[in-house]
This record gives sequence, structure tokens and C-alpha cells, in this order.
Amino acid sequence: MAKSSKNIQPALKFNIKYAPAPESVSAASINEQYNLFINGKFEKPLSKKYFDTINPATEQKIASVAEAGTADVDKAVKAARAAYNGHWGKMPAKERAKYIFRIARMIQERAREFAIIESLDGGKPIRESRDIDIPLAANHFFYYAGWADKLNYAFPNRNVSPLGVAGQIIPWNFPLLMAAWKIAPALACGNTVVLKPAETTPLTALKLAELIQDCDLPPGVVNIITGAGETGAALVNHPDIDKIAFTGSTEVGKIIQRATANTHKKLTLELGGKAANIIFEDAPIDQAVEGIINGIYFNQGHVCCAGSRLFVQESVYKEVLQKLKDRIATLIVGNPLDKNTDVGAINSKQQLQTIQKYIAIGKKEGAEMFESSCALPNKGFFCRPTLFTNVAQSSRIAQEEIFGPVLAIQTFRTDDEVIEKANNTPYGLSAGVWTNKGSRIFNITTRLRAGVVWANTYNKFDPVSPFGGYKESGFGREGGLHGLNAYVK
Amino acid sequence: MTERIDVLKTYKLYIGGQFPRTESGRYYAVKNANGKLIANMCLASRKDFRDAVVAARSAFSGWSGKSAFNRSQILYRIAEMMESRRTQLIDELLLLGYKSVDANNEVSAAIDRMVYYAGWCDKYQQVFSSVNPVASPHFNFSVPEPTGVVAIVASQQSALIGLVSAIAPVIAGGNTCVVLAAEQLPLSAISFAEIIHSSDVPAGVVNILTGKVSELLKYFADHMDVNAVVTYQLTNQEMQLVKEKSALNVKRVVEYNAISWLDDTAQSPYFITDVQEIKTTWHPIETVAAGKSGY
Amino acid sequence: MPAVTAFLPDFRNTPQIDHVGVEERAARFTKRSIKTESKVEGLKLALNMIDLTTLEGKDTDGKVKQLCYKAMHLHDAYPGLPTVAAICVYPSMVAVAKKALQGSNVKVAAVATAFPSGQASRDVKLRDTKFAIDQGADEIDMVISRGKFLQGEYNFVFDEIAAIKEACGNARLKVILETGELVTYDNVRRASEIAMYAGADFIKTSTGKIQPAATMPVTLVMLEAIRDFYYRTGKKIAMKPAGGISKAKAALHYLVMVQETLGTDWLSNEWFRFGASSLANDVLMQLEKERTGVYQAANYFSID
Repeated sequence: MAKSSKNIQPALKFNIKYAPAPESVSAASINEQYNLFINGKFEKPLSKKYFDTINPATEQKIASVAEAGTADVDKAVKAARAAYNGHWGKMPAKERAKYIFRIARMIQERAREFAIIESLDGGKPIRESRDIDIPLAANHFFYYAGWADKLNYAFPNRNVSPLGVAGQIIPWNFPLLMAAWKIAPALACGNTVVLKPAETTPLTALKLAELIQDCDLPPGVVNIITGAGETGAALVNHPDIDKIAFTGSTEVGKIIQRATANTHKKLTLELGGKAANIIFEDAPIDQAVEGIINGIYFNQGHVCCAGSRLFVQESVYKEVLQKLKDRIATLIVGNPLDKNTDVGAINSKQQLQTIQKYIAIGKKEGAEMFESSCALPNKGFFCRPTLFTNVAQSSRIAQEEIFGPVLAIQTFRTDDEVIEKANNTPYGLSAGVWTNKGSRIFNITTRLRAGVVWANTYNKFDPVSPFGGYKESGFGREGGLHGLNAYVK
Repeated sequence: MTERIDVLKTYKLYIGGQFPRTESGRYYAVKNANGKLIANMCLASRKDFRDAVVAARSAFSGWSGKSAFNRSQILYRIAEMMESRRTQLIDELLLLGYKSVDANNEVSAAIDRMVYYAGWCDKYQQVFSSVNPVASPHFNFSVPEPTGVVAIVASQQSALIGLVSAIAPVIAGGNTCVVLAAEQLPLSAISFAEIIHSSDVPAGVVNILTGKVSELLKYFADHMDVNAVVTYQLTNQEMQLVKEKSALNVKRVVEYNAISWLDDTAQSPYFITDVQEIKTTWHPIETVAAGKSGY
Repeated sequence: MPAVTAFLPDFRNTPQIDHVGVEERAARFTKRSIKTESKVEGLKLALNMIDLTTLEGKDTDGKVKQLCYKAMHLHDAYPGLPTVAAICVYPSMVAVAKKALQGSNVKVAAVATAFPSGQASRDVKLRDTKFAIDQGADEIDMVISRGKFLQGEYNFVFDEIAAIKEACGNARLKVILETGELVTYDNVRRASEIAMYAGADFIKTSTGKIQPAATMPVTLVMLEAIRDFYYRTGKKIAMKPAGGISKAKAALHYLVMVQETLGTDWLSNEWFRFGASSLANDVLMQLEKERTGVYQAANYFSID
């Protein structure tokens, strides 16, 4: 192709700076201290312990949050069991549905407040929490609410019933959205839940608890307990749990799979990923560049389905790389609450260290690093959008999940080669393919061993669209018709 | 007049479309109720299992890539072959001590079950797929796809119908498998392998081992190239082992308990979907000339 | 200036456009929140980029003179405002406008080549152009032959642009693609390349006579074509969206898009224009609002 003969040299100049446009924090009310939401009430922890949740953009404390001990977990599970055996289990499905609709509506009403708190507590840009996380969370409840009295149509020739009490553990990258992904289908199918949000991002789940109180949901149907790994372990190991749903790292997922081995707890796991994003020479290049950006720098790269391995066909490699670098130069990194911020704060100091460790590994492995030249704030946890070229399939930065804004770029020549490389990973959560040729799209999307495949788009989510992995990326689906299967027997 | 001496059959393993003896050279005796030797079976080893997984893995892309219609015809062909070897299958059950009427019923049910799943091959995707009406301008659909290599521990209480009921849904869905037959009721398993072998089933799609659950179970669960383990009627203790080992590579564990094999409840498309993954695909839909706005 | 190449561009180098993707990207620019000093600066820049336009059959000397006065005195109550970039008129009005604008930096642009349809012979189009140049036009806004383009006669379109460019002499040539008639983004992208390779100084979306006129996605497609042309040749091409941009907020979104696609070098009226008639007053209202802190009413701003 003539594409390789292209003479690319002139450089564009980007010096993007807009006056600060911060979202007003006063639109959200946050308590100084939060207790555990058990049986419809906020209860002081029996453990008597609290921990701080901080704003990763400023490193300042936002609130102190109760740490649930074993006795607290037991109390929550008992409340959930009582609710399951009591009013919730006996309630007609159409009434159950109305409660879930109520939750959806009330999230919509308080969307701005939720968005602000999500960005404060987790570091994600307000544009994303406002336009993606919170609306999707509300829509997820709305979607599953409608399923509650229609389950017979979801499972042909099969009479399904709820599992009972579900223990749900969610990560810090999409706090409210993950809570919605867990709670909504569980309630729609008639289960009761005990949910544990991540210790660095508990606040929107606790606000959801307040909202659930306002919805008059019967006590015990949803219990929200905060804490770290030990609290999660106590929940996983509680004997009266019927189902564990976990989203998080593959490492912890395996621990949970082992921990539940001597039980009959049903299990669904949504774990890590190292997705291939594949750009063919006939791709819509400019939209593909946007897809690469959205694939790896969305939510600071804290996305299990992030397109962290980029494969570019050699004939368009130079062009894609130049466009990618120019696009990176326009990304605004900084205050998550500023409406113009594209890349916010890294969720925690620990995660920032992990990312920095991998950047060092990449350099040591001989890959060539490029990072955005943007200024970073003096305080808080920030990382420039980064990419590596000259990466080999055997590089650690191409194999291991970094969970940050770090892209590993490889080139390829043929379809077969790229499919083999794309599938050459223990993970199988997601993948992307960019080409203008329809028949190629169907070939590649069929042959990629991944649960979600985006063709000529990336990182799209919708309540009706099932999400979940192949291989070590976990099992079970969340979202859509297929997401119901995780909560019935 | 001298009586004709029967030619006895050597029962071997079925791996990668061949009938090797176990690499270990070990055997175990299967006897009838009177204690008379029926056959010496291969006592499959860890390495036999390994070889079978290699065969199953290399057969996977070919088998899953076949058209559903083609898989359907091949499964139906298996049923045809079973029917033509009906007498052999019944005789082997009788050897194992079945009553004649039970042997007849089981073979009939096994053949019918294979026909049942032959019919599902090109239908379960239709029933369990969805087109998902997302809120953005994208076409979004979800389809079941085979999970990969499936290790099956067949029912230890059934000679033929349990085995057929376990294998059929797994391969109907495009998976390949390694199956451990019932330790004490293994004859039909190897005869079934011969049927498979003469039914256009590509080598490696079905691999059948005879041996001990107690010895092989942990390898079924800990092999890193196995995607799912399907078990029938194992004890809690055995299941704990399977689940613990499966965590090594996040295997799907599918556990079935009491099943009345001859009954219609022992068959459903849900046995197929239990070893399927759901793949969701997104693609933009352009809106040129869609109503009022050209752009 | 001679054309960069005498040949059609190699369309194998032209990326395909995904419709949904480009619209998503365009929408993303509208999420930028432009406040306080950035806003004031942006609004003044927008004013300075306007080609204040009157293209009516009923245009008269009187109308054009009034418009020219407005071009130089947008809102004298607000000190320190820039003028617009140019007045855009039919060739018959060039002399009047030229005279009225004497002493200012405001340029006179003439729509030529059988505007807006372009359905005339090459000869007529050339004479139309030369007439406008002779009358003193600083810039020529030509239309491409969309019919020929849609017939696939790219060479015809290319040669025509090159011929007009030659006739322009030192005047800058704006090539109007009339994107509303090209319908697909792929066509727009391809037409942009033809125009740039044939010697266009500007590429321009629309005549304003066909709906849809300028939109953000179609402008983005053209900006990306300009960027790729610059990558390949080092030559800067200017951009002019025209028609349908009447609000200050929209103008700011366009400026964000220019800045984030082509960089800061394109943020002047040498490289970017708005073809608009009613945009100026809305920008003025917003500037006054920023200055006084109170929302404005149309009657406080002159309509010319």
C-alpha cells in the first residue's frame, strides 16, 4: 500500500488551557461519619472501628466510615435472611418491581449529587461520573425493575426461583455503577443482598443506602456494609450466604473460588482483563484513535475491560501513532471536579505505586515510552497518559493488567497473526476491532475469545448489554437478559 | 464337534481419534455379579488425561468452527450408529448384569437422547441469543459460544445413558471433551467411543478414559488448559477438591446431582448453555438519511 | 500560488469515516465548559473570525453599506472590540463593499462560480471569478460541482478548482463543498482532499442555501482532512464552516474543536472563519452579559 510512503513530519502545537470550571461541591451533602446500613437503619459497627475515606485528588479526608467486623457481617446477613424469608420473599413480583423503579427514579433525581460524590471519593472526572456512571446506574435499576414480573419469559420452559441471600463485593473503579449492576438484578429476581463497596470508594454506596431508606424499601432487603478485604472475606465465608457475586482482581477472584469450594454457594466472578484493541489499515483511523483514547484513558485506565494492548497494522502504524500522540496532547489531566478534566486522579496511593512500578518495568524491558506533557497538580495521586511502543508479546507490560493509563502498543501484519496474539492471554474479558470491512469484522469478532467485543467503537456500556468474561476474566454475565441467570436457580 | 471359541474384545482408551492402551500399562478388572472377569480395562493415568486434553484442545477450533447444521448432522449420525449397534450395546449391559428390559430401555433412551441433542445444535443459539436494544446508535447482540475444552466426570452409576447424556450437550454446543467413564460400568463407554469413531466426529472432539475418579479427579480440575469441569453425582468432599483446584485458572464448574436418566428431565438445552459463554458484540449504526437530520 | 500537486490525491490515504464515531467525538467538544476569561477571550476571537454575510437576490448598495459599517463598528458601546474578518457578498456588490470598508482591515469576500448551484459552464465561472477579482475582492468563495462529484468525476472537480485558483491571482480561495448535498462524511472527506490538493486556501462547508449547512461533525471531518494534509505536506489550509451557526455557545464549541484538532496555530481569522449573519449579535450579547453580569435583550444590539 502507498500508505507507508507517507512523509509525516510537521508537528501541531497544542497548548490547551481553559479557565477552571469546577462543579460546586456544595450541591452534595456528605456526613462526617457513616455507619453500617443494616436492616434499613444506619447502625454503629459492633467492631467499634472506623476508617477514613480520602479524596485522591487532594489527599484530604472526606469522611470516616465504619469497618464491619465478623459480627457486623453476621448481623447484616441475618437481616437479609429475615427479609428474604419474610416480606420480600412473599411480595408479588410486580410490587417488587415498583420498589426497584423507585430506586431508579430517585437516583435520577439526585444524579448531580451522586456525580459529585463519586468524583470526590474516587477521583474520576466529573464529566464521566455525570454523563456515564450515574445515568447508567439509574438506567440499570430501571431496566431490571421491569424484569421482576417477567422472569418466565427469560427462562423458557423452566420455573426459576430466587437463590436467597446474595453477598456482593464491588470494586472502586465504578462504585455506584457496580452497586447497581449487583443489586438491581438480584432484587429483580427476588433475592436480598448484603453489599460491600470498596474501602477507597464507599460513599456513593452509602448515599444509595440513604436513598433506599427514602424509597421505603422493606428493611433488610438491601444491606450495605463497609470495610476492606477482611470484611469481604467474612462475607464470602458466612455460612448463610447462598450466592457470591464479586467484581475485582483475578487474584482475589481465585481466592473466593477456593474459599467457596466446600459450599453450595453460587458464584459469579467479573475479574481482570488485558484487552486487545486491533486497528486494521482500512479502519476509520480518526475514530479508531478516539477509540484507543477512550479504551485506555477512560476513568484513568481503571477499567477491567480497558483496551490496554493496542495492535496496529504495520502499514498504518506511523499515522496512527502520530495521531494518537497529538490526541494525547489535548487530554486535560487534573482536578476531577473540573468539568474540563479528561483524566482525573488515580484512585489511591497504592494504585499509583502499582502503575509507576509497571512504567518502570516497561522502561527496563526496553520499550519506548511517550507520555503527555501536561502539568500535574502538586497534591494528590496523578499519572500522565502514557504509552509504550516497541513492546513485545512477552513484555510484562503486554501481559499483566496495569489498571492505569498505560498503553502497550504492538504492530502486526496479518489477520491470523493478530488473532493469535490477541487471544494469547489468560484473560478474555473484552476486545476491540477497527476495520471498514464487514466480513472481516464478523471473522475477527467471532474468533476473539472475549465476552464483549467492540467493533469500530470501544468502552460502551448499556443495561441491556451483557458483560462478563471468558477464561480467567471470570464467569457469569451482568446486564441484559443473560444477567438474570446469576440470581436464579 | 468342538465349540467355537469367542474372540474377546480388548477395551482400550479413546484419545485423539485413536484407541491406545494406557501409557501406564496398568489395568483393572471388571467383573460381573458372580465375580467372573468380564474385561480388563485400561487404568488411565494422569498422562493419558494430559494427552487427551492436548487432543481436545487441538480439535476445538475445527469443531467449534463447524456450522451448527453440520454438528447437528454428525450428532444424528452418532444416533444412527448407536441404533445399528443396538444389540452390541444391549449385550454389554447384560454382561454387566442388567435385566433385559432395563438394558433395552437404557439403550433406547440413550439413542433418543442423542437425537434430542442433534436437534438442538442449530437451535439453542437462536433460543438463547439476544439482540439488545442499547440506548446509543449501536447494533448490539449476544450469542452463546462454546467455552472450550470440557473435562467430564460421568455418572458412576450409569453405564451408557449417563455417559451419552453428559457428552451430547457438551459437544452439541461446539465444545470438545475428555470424559472419565463409570469406573465399574465402563464397557459401553468404549463401545460408544467406537461408535463416535465411525460417525464423522473429528478426532479429539470426544476423548474417553476409563479409570478411577479418586485418582484422576484432581487432574481434571487443575489442568490449566481445561476451561470447564462437569461432574455428575460426586460427593461433597470430591466437589470441594474440584472447586478448589478449578480456581487455579478460574474454571467453570458445573455440578449435577441426582438425575433420573431415563426421564425427560435429564435432557434440556440448559445442559448445553451450562458450558457456553455469552459473547456480546457492538457495532455503530450510522443514521445517514434517517428522518429529519441528514447529519 | 501554484497547487501543491497537479494530481488528484491518492484516496488510499484517505481514512474512512465512521459516522457514529465522528458524531460522538464532535459531541465531546461540546462538553468543554468555557468560563470567565476563557469565555471572553473566545467570544472576542469568534467575532474577529466572522465573515459577515449577505447573499440575497434583493441585496442593494444601501444594504451592503450598512452591513459594512456594522462590520467595523460591531457594538461601539463596548470598547476594544475587534472588527469582523470579512464581508461576504455577491460579485456585483464587491465594489460597494470595498469602498465602504476603505481604511479598515475588513476583507471583502465574493461568492463566485455561479453561486450557489455552480451549474454553469467553466467559462462563465471563470469570468464570474475574474469580475469579482477586478472589482477588488480579497477572497473568492467558490462552489464545487456537486453533480460531477457525485457522478465520480473527480478530475473534473479537481481541474475546475485548479482553474479558479489560477484566476484568483493573489486572492485567497475558499472552496465550498456544500456538504448538505454530499450527504455522507466519506464524500465530505474526499471532496476536502480534492479541494486541498487542487489549491484551495480554505475549505468551506456550505453556501447557506442548503440544509443541513455547517454542523460540528461535518466540520470535524474537514478539520481532520486539513490536519492530515498538513501532516503530509506541511501546508496549512484554513477552514470555514458556514450557515447555521448563530449562537455564541456554538461558536465557542467550534473554537474548542479547532484548538483540539489542529492546535493553537489555527486560532486566528487567517485560518478559521465563521460564515454567519446573525452570530455576531449573539456573541455581543454574551460579551455584554459577561461585562455587566445581567442577561441582555436583542433590542440593545443593532440589526443590519
